[in-house]
Amino acid sequence: MTEATLQQSPVGSDEREYLSFVLGKEYYAIDITTVKEIRGYEATTKIANAPAFIKGVLNLRGDIVPIVDLRIKFDVGEPTYNEFTIVIMLHVYDRIVGVVVDGVSDVVRLTEAEVLPPPEFGVAFDSQYLLGLADVDDSMVILVNIEKLITSDALALVDNSQSAALAG
Amino acid sequence: MNVDVEQFHAVFFDESNEHLQAMEDLLMTLDVDNPDSEALNSIFRAAHSIKGGSGIFGFDALTGLTHVMETLLDRARNQTMSLSVEIVDLFLETVDTLNATLQAYKDGGELPSDAINAGIDRLEAVLGSTGSSEPVAQAGESDDVLAESEDADDGFGFFDFDDIAEPATAVDATDDLFGDLAFGAEASTDNPQAPDGKETDDISGFGFFDDEALPAQPAASQSEKSQPAPVTPKQNVTPIAKGKAVSQTKTPAKESGSIRVDTYKIDGMVNLVGELVITQSMLSMIGNEVDGKAGEMLQTAIDELQRNTREIQESVMSMRMLPVNMTFNRFPRVVRDLSQKLGKQVKLVIEGGATEIDKSLIEKLVDPLTHLVRNSIDHGIESPETRQAAGKPASGTVVLSAAQKGSSIIISIQDDGAGLNRERILNKAMENGLIHSDDMPDSDIWKLIFEPGFSTAAEVTDVSGRGVGMDVVRRNIESIGGRIEIESKVGEGSSFNIHLPLTLAIVDGMCVAVGDQIFVVPLLNIIESFQPRAEQLQSLSNDNVLWIRGEYWPLVALHELMDVEGAIDAPEEGIVVLLESGKKRFGVQVDALLGQQQVVIKSLEKHYRKVAGVAGATIMGDGKVALILDADSIAQTCQDALKQEACA
Repeated sequence: MTEATLQQSPVGSDEREYLSFVLGKEYYAIDITTVKEIRGYEATTKIANAPAFIKGVLNLRGDIVPIVDLRIKFDVGEPTYNEFTIVIMLHVYDRIVGVVVDGVSDVVRLTEAEVLPPPEFGVAFDSQYLLGLADVDDSMVILVNIEKLITSDALALVDNSQSAALAG
Repeated sequence: MNVDVEQFHAVFFDESNEHLQAMEDLLMTLDVDNPDSEALNSIFRAAHSIKGGSGIFGFDALTGLTHVMETLLDRARNQTMSLSVEIVDLFLETVDTLNATLQAYKDGGELPSDAINAGIDRLEAVLGSTGSSEPVAQAGESDDVLAESEDADDGFGFFDFDDIAEPATAVDATDDLFGDLAFGAEASTDNPQAPDGKETDDISGFGFFDDEALPAQPAASQSEKSQPAPVTPKQNVTPIAKGKAVSQTKTPAKESGSIRVDTYKIDGMVNLVGELVITQSMLSMIGNEVDGKAGEMLQTAIDELQRNTREIQESVMSMRMLPVNMTFNRFPRVVRDLSQKLGKQVKLVIEGGATEIDKSLIEKLVDPLTHLVRNSIDHGIESPETRQAAGKPASGTVVLSAAQKGSSIIISIQDDGAGLNRERILNKAMENGLIHSDDMPDSDIWKLIFEPGFSTAAEVTDVSGRGVGMDVVRRNIESIGGRIEIESKVGEGSSFNIHLPLTLAIVDGMCVAVGDQIFVVPLLNIIESFQPRAEQLQSLSNDNVLWIRGEYWPLVALHELMDVEGAIDAPEEGIVVLLESGKKRFGVQVDALLGQQQVVIKSLEKHYRKVAGVAGATIMGDGKVALILDADSIAQTCQDALKQEACA
């Protein structure tokens, strides 16, 4: 949190940094302050009866961390796993969650004015997890409200009782 | 005074709890006709320390009550007043009131003012009846006299004596409190009920309050010097934050310094050591692949590392361990009160109180044990007349014992009473519709008393008989990974045996392979494992059933339950592990057994959520995560699944 805030503070008043990544052919971005680390994909331990986008759990230096494949969740691209597959470890509400993406592209700085609202209809993506859209180097970047997504019922990463506590 | 006193509150509460426990223990063992003066002194000092501390922190309700009590105790130890059973009872009640008051201050709850005032009145009544028209002033006077002789509580802190005659040491605990405060100079607490200036003598040594201190009192420093010879610089007691007087189990002659450490820190260390163990086994695996001379040297180094890690692990785990006496030491009081109330004669024997057990278990054991002990006295032990008629000694015996067996602790509550009544339990169970046949072995019948709402007591007393107890007892014990067994013989008594794991952080497990995954089954649940023969396998509407020694067992295929691909499908080609949880017994089909190993339990819920059939996860030697199975939850999951199928 601190490093990112320090970097952005001298530049502009409402400029924020986002980490952009690739899912299939689409560019997504999340608030960089939620990113703990980026690492290569490694085999997980499967969890029974979990939805397909939860790949399982793995050991992150002693913590048992769930891994979510956003490609499956958002239904974009092909869920292939090779040496180029990337896992972004997120740190949200004291929980660590890894998300599988096709690749990490860049850190982008955006002011509030640059974040545009999504089209009102015609998009299947659940707008409650969307912060907005932005144009970066002539391609559209989808800004995801990752905190909301991680704690949402849709991902089922959190027990109901716990998610109530987190929301409150 | 702009020092933040609040930060010492927690310490004061802990200390006072220890003092009250020490007082209770000593009062319980006090011989009324010929009281041991050392014991009386210890009780006095404990009361005195509470008074002093509560005065500092402004807990006036405590100060008032302890003051009167202290005055009485002081007379008792000076033999200006003779003790009686009634007075000891009154003291015990006062200890209870003090406990309640302390709790109220701690939780910020409502003070039991009525009880406090009643307590003060009753103590003062005793005070009035034992002579002396000016009780308070006199008390001050006698304090003064005593300060010269053996007033060990003056100048508390820094010093402690390992006095053989005083294993429970109230003094010890005094140190704790004032060891945390600053000290040196004399000071006075603003004790509203101490008109006599000399009273301050015995609360000197609090330093810390210099700004409102009285002029220095020579008596205090004098008494510091007058302490008995073997003064040991002592750095303070108990390895845990909320602990009680651990010093009880210390051999008095042994010099041992100790520090009070937050449990949080110890837990952090336990976790880190868990990591270290994992890293070490990773290293060993890598070490096996290195050839030649370097490999040999590496192997030696790894062996060394392995030994060291194991020792670190053991010593870290031992930091969490406390003697089970911490739970047991409340029972003399429970037994005394209850046997008086019920008009029974009961002797309590405590064995193996020094057996060590994880701190978190200690706290959770209190309720179930209390219930079982009360149960033994209420239902087990007969009235003296009945006992004599049956040719038994009039006084019944309850044995509370703890022992370590391998990696589990067995705590048993054994009485020589009437034993469980098979007929009555059966009748009751029939009535409640729990069973439909009385053709059951005793051991199965005894288990019935753990069913909710089950009580065979003819009438409900305020001691027991409402039938809410035993199922809660079992649930409590199972929630800490234990189980309970009953042995009973009519006319000879019953025995409740609680099996507990040594610790909650590590579990002894059997690693099993299913497909390419590894699962850990807690050894506690495993009855046996074997490769089933075709004739042992039966099919019941397409579900597999095992036929073992005249019984049909449900068989759960782990690869189906856990959704693992590539596992062996035919049961006779795999291995069946027979599991036993709370009340369910079933077989689990796996591919192979990989070996037995201690694993560190990690929470899945910390970053994820609860998973059906899984108790937690652990990290194996290669860094991979393995899930630890939860037998109870598996049984439940399968049952729910079957019900759904049946409904659909």
